[in-house]
Formats: sequence, structure tokens, C-alpha cells
Amino acid sequence: MATGEAYERYEYDVIVLGAGGAGLRAAVEASAQGAKTALVCKSLLGKAHTVMAEGGIAAALGNVWPEDNWKVHFRDTMRGGKMVNNWRMAQLHAMEAPDRVLELEEWGTLFDRTKDGRILQRDFGGHKYARLAHVGDRTGLEMIRTLQQHAVHRGIDVHMECNVQRLLLDGERVCGALGYWRASGKLVLFKTKAVVLGTGGVGKSWKFTSNSWECTGDGITLALDAGADLIDMEFVQFHPTGMVWPPSVRGILVTEGVRGDGGTLKNSEGLRFMFNYIPEFFKGETADNEQEADAWYEDKKNNRRTPDLLPRDEVARAINAEVKAGRGSPHGGVFLDINTRRSPEYIRKRLPSMYHQFKELAGVDITKEPMEVGPTMHYIMGGVRVDADTTATRVPGLFAAGEVAGGMHGSNRLGGNSLSDLLVFGRRAGLYAAQYVKSLKGRLNVDQRQADAAAQTLLAPLEREGNENPYAIHSDLQECMQALVGIIRTEGELRKAVEELAGFRQRLARVRVEGGRQFNPAWHLALDLHAMLSVSEAVTLGALERRESRGGHTREDYPFADDRFGKVNIVVRRKNGTFGIGQEPLPEMPPELQELFKERA
Amino acid sequence: MVATRDVTMRIWRGDAKGGAFKEYRVPSQEGMVVLDVIHTIQATQAGDLAVRWNCKAGKCGSCSAEINGRPRLMCMTRMDTFAAGETITVAPMRTFPLYRDLATDVSFNYEKAKMIPAFKPKPKPADGVRRMYQADIERGQEFRKCIECFLCQDICHVIRDHPENQPAFSGPRFFVRLAELEMHPLDAHDRKELIKAKAGLGYCNITKCCTEVCPEHIRITDNAIIPLKERIVTEYYDPVVKLWRTVTGKK
Repeated sequence: MATGEAYERYEYDVIVLGAGGAGLRAAVEASAQGAKTALVCKSLLGKAHTVMAEGGIAAALGNVWPEDNWKVHFRDTMRGGKMVNNWRMAQLHAMEAPDRVLELEEWGTLFDRTKDGRILQRDFGGHKYARLAHVGDRTGLEMIRTLQQHAVHRGIDVHMECNVQRLLLDGERVCGALGYWRASGKLVLFKTKAVVLGTGGVGKSWKFTSNSWECTGDGITLALDAGADLIDMEFVQFHPTGMVWPPSVRGILVTEGVRGDGGTLKNSEGLRFMFNYIPEFFKGETADNEQEADAWYEDKKNNRRTPDLLPRDEVARAINAEVKAGRGSPHGGVFLDINTRRSPEYIRKRLPSMYHQFKELAGVDITKEPMEVGPTMHYIMGGVRVDADTTATRVPGLFAAGEVAGGMHGSNRLGGNSLSDLLVFGRRAGLYAAQYVKSLKGRLNVDQRQADAAAQTLLAPLEREGNENPYAIHSDLQECMQALVGIIRTEGELRKAVEELAGFRQRLARVRVEGGRQFNPAWHLALDLHAMLSVSEAVTLGALERRESRGGHTREDYPFADDRFGKVNIVVRRKNGTFGIGQEPLPEMPPELQELFKERA
Repeated sequence: MVATRDVTMRIWRGDAKGGAFKEYRVPSQEGMVVLDVIHTIQATQAGDLAVRWNCKAGKCGSCSAEINGRPRLMCMTRMDTFAAGETITVAPMRTFPLYRDLATDVSFNYEKAKMIPAFKPKPKPADGVRRMYQADIERGQEFRKCIECFLCQDICHVIRDHPENQPAFSGPRFFVRLAELEMHPLDAHDRKELIKAKAGLGYCNITKCCTEVCPEHIRITDNAIIPLKERIVTEYYDPVVKLWRTVTGKK
């Protein structure tokens, strides 16, 4: 190895990368199954992006609406994803989410309550019934804290601020991982029989995003580099309501709970414009006039839901169109008004962090005036291809759960389905990783040369000659993805993005960072750029390949959904640095589940 | 048009071996927070400036520092709260050992967290449905707003000026955690002995510094620490309870 230093070494049965909801739940389960388990996370424990989730966890508990059950949840999820979800994942998710929520309560979560003392559920976009178990608008914090506090007492080793950069393989099988400690910059080698990826999303490739520092696509890239498949990377969710002003907070999330709890979207003319954007697909279940929409808040049986709560892709496109047509708010968004319908006490009780966030960062009192909001890059539906039941990738010993995995949400995720996804598939990942370890035959060997070569790549930005600044490349990448691979896409712009991304790759090879290895953010960013670029390349290639508009992928040059693309996944692989792309058939839904889609909404 | 002005930032640069404040002159745009300005310095003048941050929305509690001497989140401190021309000093949290620049080693807190026994639920009722009423969990929910920024730990003079107290004192963050568990309607553990002995509640002389710096506005002293102190007094020092125990032999 370049510096001749010895790696710090650990040996485990299972290492879980990422300590958000999926990673924590996976580690808890793997450990409960008897596997020697470590949780490795690049931030401090409890800081992962899950902490920012606001609205709630979708689960058909039926506490508010006894009519609700897993079949309705399954149907909503598939329809929200425009039917290209992996049906089996959507089924498992809907069936198991209630148990996972109740389990959190056994571990100490204090959900908001119904009058008769059970878990309260709130309305959210695309969900037929009020379904989201929640704690005000800080559900993610509650969930991560519960899991964190539960995990701490399970005998799991937690390695914080440790950034894994490369998976090591023995033949095709996973046998280890190489990373560095952020504080010291020293290298660390984990020998392990299985790896669970719970590394989350990719938002940091875009300029306006709700995502935190961590969301650089590390897990997607680790999987890609190890030979796993990615699917449907073009499906990117732009959450309709991010803050737009002041510039430094642009993109920060405004929970869908604002609309769930009575907020309405208005344009500069004061018009509730969502009534003009109800797609054919959702006409049957959506109110087409203000009177019915307003009545729906109190009487859901006899009224159809307000179009303010259409799935996120629909609302984001509508806001985009209003702004383009010159009917936006002063800072290029639209208005979100909850103060007209709800009292200040209600707003402060139900949406305390929204109140706090607007007051402190924008000087806006949301109990008195409307918010200005606009779309912000929020979530990627695509990700690592996994087996629905076991979360196994095609690389033996490599599992993936949560946002890093693809398939569950199809082309568009419903709000609230992410936290439940993390719990359902986090648990499954931990369970099946532990089972894989038990069934593993023969010895795994870590190839020293493989590790040393990876180490050399890691240290290169500190040692090579060069003149590129990683911050400048990152900023240019964000401009590129925002402008060319945003909500509305065209062939010409996507091709331009491919060219620009190739340019960033070349620049990345010339990055030289100043300073040493001790807690050096420039070095960390230089390494993260490999992942951010890989993800951006995969998203752009997928977007070129899918010549249709569906969910979180809108092509101006192919404005309608195309049945041919409704039957396939777009699959991306990388071999020796070169991407390959193809279309492969979606798994077929069994007839008894297909029946669910023949009923009226 | 976004208004921009130049500001002077005085930032601690250095590691455990030593360091000094260094001045940076940077443009600050309308609406920016201290963390934005730190990022500008990173991108343009000091790429290796060490700082921890995640969400930039006051939800994760990563970017804690001492701004003009006051413990605060950098992401929630707006630049326009400072007077024009004022030099803004940013230093790492003093109570914890320094890694580098603004990043400190906060592992003390994670070690203290391990000492607190996990939540243990009572048996389920016959119908299998847990019931809790909103009024009974509001206080617990207030405590669970804690984002673990550790600013309360940083300001607490019991450990800030006396590192020798650290082994015997958990700090306000964990009094909040203990209070939350003690007041949880479903929890079945008894942690009073822990609170009295290992957590060192007695060291706290309720100066309320922790409450003042809490970015979540949790009333740490009034709602967590004082009720815990009262419980300990009732448990261990109440003469009536003591007499009752002596007479009945019950605990």
C-alpha cells in the first residue's frame, strides 16, 4: 500500500452500512438472529437523513378508518408508482408495515394518539385513508431515536464517522469493505461475510434538494462497483413543496403534512390551481371543485379528496407549470396556505417544526401568512435491484434496503411509504443476511492486493499533482443535474448532460486537495464525488433510455406513458468502468392481486 | 436581486496539539446562516476547514459550535442577527476534546447513553392494544424533540469547567432522556438508583444554562431536572415514606 501503514482491522458476520432507519433496523435484526454485527455510518449515530423525515409512517393500522387494510395500501402504492413497482415488494410492504409500527411502540416510540388512546393516523397524498402514524412533523427523529436507543443495548458494534468506499470480493462473493475514519483519516478494513447497504439517497447531485450532507449515493455506487444491477434510476422524486426563499435555504423540505392537515396550494392570482391538473388516471377519486374538496376534510365518505393531495409527481409538475406560465410567487414558487383553514394553535401543535423553520429561517409566520414553496429533489425511486423477499442483490452476500434499493415505489413514491419501507425491508435485510451467513460454506479470503489498490485510489487526491478543486466540481455537477436532468427532460438536454458528466469525470481525476488526512472535508468530498458522478451518470442514461413520461420521469419529447415501457425495468450495470443499459421485463403480478385494480377507486 | 455584504469571520483553526483563530473575509448573501458562510470559506479559501453538518435545517443537531461565545447551531444562526461590520467568532464546543477546527470528539455523550437501560414495556393488556392518552404523553414528546446537538452538555458548568466530574455526571441531555423514560406511561423499569448515583443528578444546581441554549426550546431544568430531583427526594429522603417502609417492611 502507498503509505505502508497497516489497516485497522475488524471481523464480523454482517456489517450494515448506514445508520438511518433501514440500517438500524437491519442491524437490530441481524444481531437478534445471532450474527456478529457491526453498524458502520459516516455521520454520528442518530444524524442520518431519516432524522429529517417529517410526515409519518404509512401503515394500514385502521385506527382512524377501520375500512383500511393492506390490500388498499398495496393498491394505493402501486397506483402511486404508476404500476411499475415490484409488486411483491409493494405487497410485503403493505402487509408488514403495521407490525413494524407496533414494534416501534414496544421499543418506546410515543406516537400522537387518537381520542381512544390508539396510534393516530394522518392524511397524505395518494393514500385513500388517513394512514400515517406520526409524531407532529418530526416522525423521522422519533423513529431514528427509538431504533438508535434500542440498538445501543443489543450488543451491536457501532463505528461512527467511518466512511466505507469500496467492497472487497472473493470471486463474486462479498468478503470485506475498505473505508476511512473521518476524524483521523486512517484506513480501516472490515472482513465480513455479508454486507447490508442501508445508505440512502442521492440528492447531493442536485442543486435544490431536501437531502442532507450524507445523500451522495455511496451505497448505489458500492453496489454498482461490486457488479450489482441498478434499476429505474431515471425515477427521481421532486417533492412539490420545498422552501424557495431565502436562497440559502432553497430546497429544505416543507412536509406534505401541511396539505394533509388542511393546507392548499394557490398561485399568484389566488387561484387553487390544482383543480386544473387532475390527470385522467386519478379523476375518479379526486374532487373537481372547491366545495367538495373542502367538505372532504370533514367527511371522507361522501366526498372525494382534494387535488392538493394528488401524488407528488403530479403536484410537482403542476407547480412547475404554474411558475413557467408566470403565475408564481415573488421568489419563483407558489403559495401554500394553511392559515386560512386552521387556527394558530392547531398549526403550532400539528406542524411545530414547520412553524419553527419558517419563523427562524425565512422570517415568515405560517400561522398568519402563506408559505412560498416549489419543487425540490427529494428521493430516488430507482436503485439497486434486489430480490423482493430477501433484499439480496445479484452479488452473493450483498443486501440492500431502503432508498438505496429500487423497485418498491415504481415510478413515484407516496409520502409516508419511505419510513415504512425502511422498517419492513431493513428487518428483512438483517434477517436474510444473517441466514446467508449461517448457510455460507467454505472460507472467505480477503485479497490484499484488492484492498491495497482501493487504498491507493482513496489516497490519490492527497498525493497526486493536480489543480482541480472538489468544491468547484461539485457545484458544477449540481448546476448540470438541476438544469439538464430535472423535472422536465428532453433528449437534447440529457445528451448534453452525458457530455458534461464525462468532463467532470476527467476533472475528478485531476483533483488535488490541500491539507492532511485528519478530518479533511475537501478530501471526503473528492471521494464522495466518485459516487455522486456514478449516480448522475446512471440517472441520465436511464432517462435517455425511457422514452416516455411516467411518475418521477417526465420527457417533454415523449409526454405520455407508453405501455411498452410500463412492462419493463431499465437496468444499468457497469463493467470495467463502462456502463451497459438494457430493458428487462417486470415481474408479473399474480391474477388474485390484479383483481384489486379492477374495482372502482 | 439578492443583497450581499462582506463579513469578517474569525474561525478557530487547529487540533488537539494547538491552534489559533484565523480571519476570513467573505461575501454573505441575504438570508444566509453562519453555516452557509463557513461553506463559502471551505469552497473558496480553506478546503480543509473541518466542520460537521448534515441537514442544514435544525433537525439533526450536527453543526453545534460556539458563536461569539454562545453555544448555537450554525445552521439556525442567521447572519443578519449580527450588526453590520461585526466580526463573528466561531469556535468549537469547549467541553469536548478537539478533533480539528470546529469538529470535536463527542463520544462522551454516546458512552453516557449506553448507561441508561433501554425502555422496557409493561405487559400488554388483554386485548393486545396499547392505549396511551395524548395528555399523558405530551411531556415525553417534549423531551423527545431533543436533536442531540449536545449544546446543553457543552454549556453545563459541572463538566465544562471540571472535566474531572465527567465520569460521575451524565449531563442535561441524559437527564432529559431519563425524565422521558421515567414519565413514559408504558415503561416498567425503575431507574431512580441510577439517576441518584451513576448519573450524578445531585451535581446540578439548576442554573438553567442548558435550558437557555436548547435550540428545541425544551424546558430542560423545569420539566426534566426538577421533577427528577423531586422523585429522588421522595424516594430516598421523604420521612413519611421512610417510616412507612420501616413499619411495613415494604420497599
